[in-house]
Amino acid sequence: MDILQMLVVILIVILLVKPLGTYLYHVFSNESNKTDKWFGWLERVIYKLAGFKERRHMSWKKYVVSLILMNAVLVAIGFLLFLFQGSLILNPSKIKDMEPTLAFNTIVSFMTNTNLQHYSGETGLSYFSQMAVIIMMMFTSAATGLAVAIAFIRGITSKGETIGNFFEDFTKAITRILLPLSIIMTIVLVGLKVPQTLGPTIHAATLEGNIQNITIGPVAALESIKHLGTNGGGFFGANSSHPFENPSPITNVLEIMMMWCIPASLTYTFGKFAKNQKQGWVIFSSMLILFVGFLALVYYSESQGNPALNAMGLNHYQGSMEGKEVRFGIAQSSLFTTVTTAATTGSVNNMHDTLTPLGCLVPLALMMLNLVFGGDGVGLVNMLMYAILAVFLCGLLVGRTPEFLGKKIEPKEMKLITIALLAHPFIILLPTAIAFLTELGKGAISNPGFHGISQVLYEYTSSAANNGSGFEGLGDNTSFWNISTGIVMFLGRYISMIALLGVAGSLLKKQWVPENMGTFRTDNGLFIGILVGVVLIIGALTFLPVLALGPIAEYLSIR
Amino acid sequence: MKTIRFCLLIVFICGIIYPLATTGIAQLIFPKQANGSLILNKDHKVVGSELIGQSFTSPKYFHGRISSIDNDAAASGSNNYAPSNKEMLKRVDDSIDALKRENPKLNVNKIPLDLITNSGSGLDPDISIQAAEFQIPRIVKETGISEQKLRQLIKKNTADRSLGIFGEQRVNVLQLNLDVEEIAR
Repeated sequence: MDILQMLVVILIVILLVKPLGTYLYHVFSNESNKTDKWFGWLERVIYKLAGFKERRHMSWKKYVVSLILMNAVLVAIGFLLFLFQGSLILNPSKIKDMEPTLAFNTIVSFMTNTNLQHYSGETGLSYFSQMAVIIMMMFTSAATGLAVAIAFIRGITSKGETIGNFFEDFTKAITRILLPLSIIMTIVLVGLKVPQTLGPTIHAATLEGNIQNITIGPVAALESIKHLGTNGGGFFGANSSHPFENPSPITNVLEIMMMWCIPASLTYTFGKFAKNQKQGWVIFSSMLILFVGFLALVYYSESQGNPALNAMGLNHYQGSMEGKEVRFGIAQSSLFTTVTTAATTGSVNNMHDTLTPLGCLVPLALMMLNLVFGGDGVGLVNMLMYAILAVFLCGLLVGRTPEFLGKKIEPKEMKLITIALLAHPFIILLPTAIAFLTELGKGAISNPGFHGISQVLYEYTSSAANNGSGFEGLGDNTSFWNISTGIVMFLGRYISMIALLGVAGSLLKKQWVPENMGTFRTDNGLFIGILVGVVLIIGALTFLPVLALGPIAEYLSIR
Repeated sequence: MKTIRFCLLIVFICGIIYPLATTGIAQLIFPKQANGSLILNKDHKVVGSELIGQSFTSPKYFHGRISSIDNDAAASGSNNYAPSNKEMLKRVDDSIDALKRENPKLNVNKIPLDLITNSGSGLDPDISIQAAEFQIPRIVKETGISEQKLRQLIKKNTADRSLGIFGEQRVNVLQLNLDVEEIAR
């Protein structure tokens, strides 16, 4: 039954890839189509009120500048709202203003699509902050990611045209994709018992004669965009393990679908833009192969139970249940863990800190790779970066100028790609090392031994990959952690975005080289093998040493 | 300037209109679900939510998962103990000892794991069927309700896997205890 329910979910996603991918293509292809009739009016109102009369095509530099400027303005608005939330409207639980370093961390976290949370929603945010900042940022950060992906795709596939207009891509991502899907899914989730209210905390008189205060709020509206936008920040501290956020296995499956469907479908959208559907499926298959491998590892490890408890004579037929919910069991928990770190959402339906050693290796490794589906938009871009790298390596082996989709890959592109490639391990490993050198960093560890190394490593990996899940035992609401992870999230998001849009801008201008007998094909099974191989080799070379100190050492020491 | 106007507009649409509109629709179509699936007693007082686990310590009630926050639903979460954490191992040891005091002949191998582990949210409303059945002898002793009747109640409060395949079968502890209370009275 466990295997079957995981397979069914994977199968549904595979079936969704084509229709949703086609829809995404129609939205962004800028040819007039049926969706104009539905959503065109809303966009016209927005353009008019904002004063975008003509939306000219942008150079890649203009695109980047518009993106950063817009993100900066949103950060400023959100930061102010956090600092003064205590005296603003919709605050029935009398939540206080947010402390400045925590507000800095939180706002960077949500703008970068990370959703690392050093606060707890129940006690740290007013309803107004949850709505006007958190929910708003969930839309805007996902729309930013989608816009980047589309611009990148246009850059590498079109022949001397344009990478588009940022404001137009951004607006369409919201009006035609995120907003309508979120509205529908919010209502579905409420039907499945996720609360959606502005009423105050409930006071229940329990059977044993105590008072139970139950925090509630506009949960469903946040829950749907949290997953559709691969954001992951929970309304409550316990995130999607909280019964109000995720009341049953069916909501669990829906949440998995929501966070998975857009990154998966974008591979098909890419194929449409490249006018070669096989190319899209090659990328999708490479992602799926890696995904299934990692899923198998976490499922196997969790279902074997905690070795330390097994040694006490306990029966492990239920698997390792510490930190998990009965309604999800091992299958739905393992699947959620794999999807949320593959699609870099970062919501959790079980506590990752409590995962068995090899189980916690999986979310760590997926965030280190950061390209198995990946967050809305950025995951595809990262995988395409690796595809270009794979082509380049093959070109070196046979001594031929590498080409990808009929464009020559030359030193300029490779330099930019190297920057994006190296930035990721750099901003994970360096801060991890610094944290271990200081009491400020070490003091936060709650689980001693090798697992403590994993805790610190996980925090920075999650920040760099803009994932946002955590080993939540870590005492991370201090100035040191707020500021250091804030910087890592910022660099993790924007360095690779800028570098890769640079690659797109440069490829856009290149002469198209027609295909011939000697062309290295990137749309067949061989390339899937090469791509997966390159990803694993580079990932392993970079991160195996530190993984050996954390999860692998823990595994070897508690069996 | 245009960017600022654009941003304010987006804040208004996504941060204010969207959550308010969905709240309105939700309250209209699904009022019970939208307000937390609350359980009321005969005097129309809120006893709890069917979704949120409640703390049960009295031996006459079925007990739920361990909760480091004591099922305080003004918060949520757990201790986040690693599998190798000494404090967690000690807590499990203490739980086993407590169960052994209840039943000296207890075979450790028979203890359902969900009864002695902390849930992720600290608010897990459910236990496994095995964990419910495991507690039957104690409830029989404390309340005098027959074993057969208790088995019926457990069955009544068992939710199946969603659509027959997703997730796990589970017993809602609060609703089960409400039924037990009803009969014991």
